[in-house]
Amino acid sequence: MSLLFEPTPDGAGRYLDWIVSGLGWTLGLALGAWTIALVVGTLVGVARTLPKGILPRLGRVYVETFRNIPLLVQMFFWYFVLPELLPVRIGMAIKQMDPPWGSFIPALICLGLFTAARIAEQVRAGLQALPQGQIQAASALGFARGRMYRLILLPQAFRIILPTLTNEFMTIFKNTSVALTIGLVELTATAREINENTFRTFEAFGVVTIVYLVIALLAWQIMSRIERAVQLPALAGGSARP
Amino acid sequence: MMVDLSAIAAAMPYLLNGLWFTVQITVVGVTGGIVFGSLLAVARLSRNRIVSSLATAYVNLMRSIPLILVIFWVFFLVPWAIGWMTHSGRPVAVGASLTIFVTFVLFEAAYYAEIVRAGFRSISPGQYAACEALGLSKFHAYIYILFPQAIRNVLPILLTQTIVLFQDTSLVYVISATDLLGAATKVAQRDGRLVEMYLTVGVIYFVICYAASQFVKQLQGRLAYGVR
Repeated sequence: MSLLFEPTPDGAGRYLDWIVSGLGWTLGLALGAWTIALVVGTLVGVARTLPKGILPRLGRVYVETFRNIPLLVQMFFWYFVLPELLPVRIGMAIKQMDPPWGSFIPALICLGLFTAARIAEQVRAGLQALPQGQIQAASALGFARGRMYRLILLPQAFRIILPTLTNEFMTIFKNTSVALTIGLVELTATAREINENTFRTFEAFGVVTIVYLVIALLAWQIMSRIERAVQLPALAGGSARP
Repeated sequence: MMVDLSAIAAAMPYLLNGLWFTVQITVVGVTGGIVFGSLLAVARLSRNRIVSSLATAYVNLMRSIPLILVIFWVFFLVPWAIGWMTHSGRPVAVGASLTIFVTFVLFEAAYYAEIVRAGFRSISPGQYAACEALGLSKFHAYIYILFPQAIRNVLPILLTQTIVLFQDTSLVYVISATDLLGAATKVAQRDGRLVEMYLTVGVIYFVICYAASQFVKQLQGRLAYGVR
């Protein structure tokens, strides 16, 4: 592991600095995309459970589209195709963004909306697992639909789906590696660059593999802490079926 | 920007060639992954502590790192490993397809192992006891009694994972292989037709995956009503 402390060819620092920078982009992308995914995913998931109107259908189209096209193809869509389809001035402005941001922002939007589709399905499943009585009781108490979802249905649904959300949260860190295809130098790309500079394959990929393992462990820790913190005493024992 | 349909038509044979390789990776990944994954699942249930913890470590490791990283590992290390095994002392050039097949079996096995293990856990303990009471060997018990039930119980999840695998094959792009997406990229760069090519592969992937996921959904409905 002495590799980490050797100077890089550009003379600006050590390989450790490259790893730290790669880690920063991986974490930034994952956490940013997770925020987008939670917001959009919850909205789409709720839309899919509405009784009638155009919204449930739009929600289904959203989910099917984003789930049935590979993430890498979606990445290329946001990076290569979208700027061509937009008016020329906007397209050019997007293409001329400064290096890390030019790939970071498309990757952020792409990964956020991709993960949102998967979260939407879980939110929908969580909402549908709730007994009908919850909706009836809320209506009887005079809750409007917005407050019913916000105060009664969603808090319970999220507790039900926390285990699958944990899985999704761990997946998003791994999925950030796809952003290397559009030029973002995140962790995996960093390993490849170090390998190309030093030919010390074992060390370069070994370090990054360990970093991913640590990330997975931490992500899991965080989620199980949240799971314990929000557990309701009456529903203890995990699956919340009253 | 206008979309040029004739460019898509002209590239179609080449794209279908790429799709054929995508299908090959999927088939190898599914069969190899399920076989190796089932062995891992059985190993995790083993009473031998060393066997079960080795299998657990393998599954957890593979599930914690990105597929692209595994592709790089195999891409750079398999040539060395073969060189070492054949005592030639230096790396032996290996084709991209072999690298890819090995990667997908190693990686997907970890995911299939978890699904098969869930299948084993869904079988009632009485089945295990009955096998023992009938004097079946471990091997026969797994092959004839336990495995078929386990697979049946998790069939929809197994198929959903296969759709994920099919989509994941696009990641072989990172070692410039010519799968469906790789073929599209090569045409796109040669003819300057990024928009047409990427939209076309998007539609192809969508049609296949959507049809497959609808099939799984139907199957799930049918299994749920089946006699258990």
